[in-house]
Amino acid sequence: MTDTNGSTAAQSAVKDAAPGPDKPVVELRGAGKSYGNIRALHGVNLTVHPSRVTCVLGDNGAGKSTLIKIISGLHQHTEGEFLVDGEAVRFTTPREALDAGIATVYQDLATVPLMPVWRNFFLGSEMTKGPWPVRRLDIEKMKKTADEELRNMGIVLDDLDQPIGTLSGGQRQCVAIARAVYFGARVLILDEPTAALGVKQSGVVLKYIAAARDRGLGVIFITHNPHHAYMVGDHFSVLRLGTMELSAARDQVSLEELTNHMAGGTELAALKHELAQVRGVDVEELPEEEDLTAPVATPKDGAA
Amino acid sequence: MTQATAPAASSSPPAPPATQKDGRTAQRSLGRRLLARPEVGALIAAIGVYVFFFAAAPSFREAGSLATVLYQASVMGIMALPVALLMIGGEFDLSAGVAVTTSALTAAILSFQLTMNVWTGVFVALVVSLAVGAFNGWLLIKTGLPSFLVTLGSFLILQGSNLAVTKIFTGNVASDSIADMDGFDQAKSVFASEVSIGGVDFKVTIFYWLVFAGIATWLLLRTKFGNWIFAVGGNKDSARAVGVPVNLTKIALFMGVGAGAWFVGMHLLFSFNTVQSNEGVGNEFLYIIAAVIGGCLLTGGYGSAIGPVIGAFIFGMVNQGIVYANWNPDWFKAFLGVMLLLAALVNLWVRQQATRR
Ligand SMILES: Nc1ncnc2c1ncn2[C@@H]1O[C@H](COP(=O)(O)OP(=O)(O)OP(=O)(O)O)[C@@H](O)[C@H]1O
Ligand SMILES: [Mg+2]
Repeated sequence: MTDTNGSTAAQSAVKDAAPGPDKPVVELRGAGKSYGNIRALHGVNLTVHPSRVTCVLGDNGAGKSTLIKIISGLHQHTEGEFLVDGEAVRFTTPREALDAGIATVYQDLATVPLMPVWRNFFLGSEMTKGPWPVRRLDIEKMKKTADEELRNMGIVLDDLDQPIGTLSGGQRQCVAIARAVYFGARVLILDEPTAALGVKQSGVVLKYIAAARDRGLGVIFITHNPHHAYMVGDHFSVLRLGTMELSAARDQVSLEELTNHMAGGTELAALKHELAQVRGVDVEELPEEEDLTAPVATPKDGAA
Repeated sequence: MTQATAPAASSSPPAPPATQKDGRTAQRSLGRRLLARPEVGALIAAIGVYVFFFAAAPSFREAGSLATVLYQASVMGIMALPVALLMIGGEFDLSAGVAVTTSALTAAILSFQLTMNVWTGVFVALVVSLAVGAFNGWLLIKTGLPSFLVTLGSFLILQGSNLAVTKIFTGNVASDSIADMDGFDQAKSVFASEVSIGGVDFKVTIFYWLVFAGIATWLLLRTKFGNWIFAVGGNKDSARAVGVPVNLTKIALFMGVGAGAWFVGMHLLFSFNTVQSNEGVGNEFLYIIAAVIGGCLLTGGYGSAIGPVIGAFIFGMVNQGIVYANWNPDWFKAFLGVMLLLAALVNLWVRQQATRR
């Protein structure tokens, strides 16, 4: 908390630890989480390796956010084990996860609406200068850094002093992502980062994920979009009602299979049948059941 | 199968030239940017009130009157500062008014009963005041109850203890005078002296008040802790998620109110040599009113330290102005109520201007 730049300190800590590329940074073994009597997650295994992207997919309410909140220190697991660098840990605050080099983009973005953009960017990891009694914020440096990081994402803001609440949903999402990318030293967790983004910004986020992977970070990428997942993922985990339905490496699963796991072809066919009951919906143009189980798209044109 | 995006990964996205602008936001006019400051509404009101009493009450124009107004404002304003910071941090402290009396009583009774140097009492009072603040914060965090409820409890506890403990030791509602005890004169010169400028005596609290306001402003706008204050008041859960020590920040803010109560308590004790144990009730609302008139948002996350200074100044002007204008002082509360409503409306309008693009 006393160092002027959280990410540099965390990065130097990484070099000391120097885990081999095959040793997982973060690992969940049979982990689960109950909210009172709601069992949101049960018996989940997940490993995050350096230089690998682990995609977590699943329906709404499947437990994806619960899963990453355990890793980011917002919630504690109630069963199983959570290991960082092979050692069992239990983060009681997100601060501990951040100090371990784990940065997260939350689904609800975790911004403070009335605070300026640059203050939000550095919140919790402020840059300071000067000796203790007069140690103060390095406002100039923070503004400059925030501006650069946002421009790199293709977001140009005229006034970094405007409250973040005045930005559009997608712009706010970009600030949250840029912040996590900037502070994530070892593991980057993104919970549906492309949900509100345009095509261009989605592309930038995917590039960021790939760039983070090449820098040696382990990435957990949560999304509803199998095309996005398949473009950057090395490993795919599909959650269903709180348990792991599928966990496969990239060479063990094709995009078609992944798509079917997420929204099974039979379920889509049933949906088409239901829509046919609703007057005014033209189902003639919708694909047939056999089309739905056939390849939907190739990875290359999937971004659109 | 190879990575589809492998080529894209090696080159990081190019940064557009630094001069590139969004281009849609017209530069906001200076007037509008000034209006976006939380304390501007209060400043306009303060000028209005000043002009009003300047015209209505001739004796209000004298320098001596200004010293009295400033003194009134400072005693209240010193407490309004930590209360405002706490409010920006999203919490209330209803025990702030009686906490002042508790602090003064602690120092007075302890020094008198043990016949010690008054500085011992002053020091113990500081510890007690900080402990009361820490207790409020700790209880808030442990129970998750709203601060309104938690501090209403401590308000009643302190109010009752003030009366009961004083009666046990003195058999009276007031503490014994400590005027002839060791160290009294020294402590009086620190907490309750006067400074003469151009033949007019200004109480030393006025200068403390302005210095504290400067420190609070610096803390709020230029330090990490200030950033955390805005964050825990604006959105506690988000602040926690990005690593802000929310509990520590809140406890520190409550302890800040304790420190303010101690300082004002010491001033009152060394001004009057004795303390009335039933004093302070209701003052907690005056502090909150000063903060709200000064542009602090009741729901937290927005405000300044200069705002409550102006709020307290308005309070002082109204309080004394009514006397100088030879009106019935009973009108004071009614006037204050009108000021509060007007301030709330101005704040609302200012904030709408601020968030409008
Ligand atoms: N704080 C909470 N208290 C009680 N139940 C919760 C809480 N948070 C989540 N749940 C429950 O846990 C289950 C999983 O929720 P979670 O947010 O992990 O889903 P998700 O997979 O992220 O969904 P989405 O795709 O909509 O974001 C849901 O049934 C939800 O109701
Ligand atoms: Mg979710």
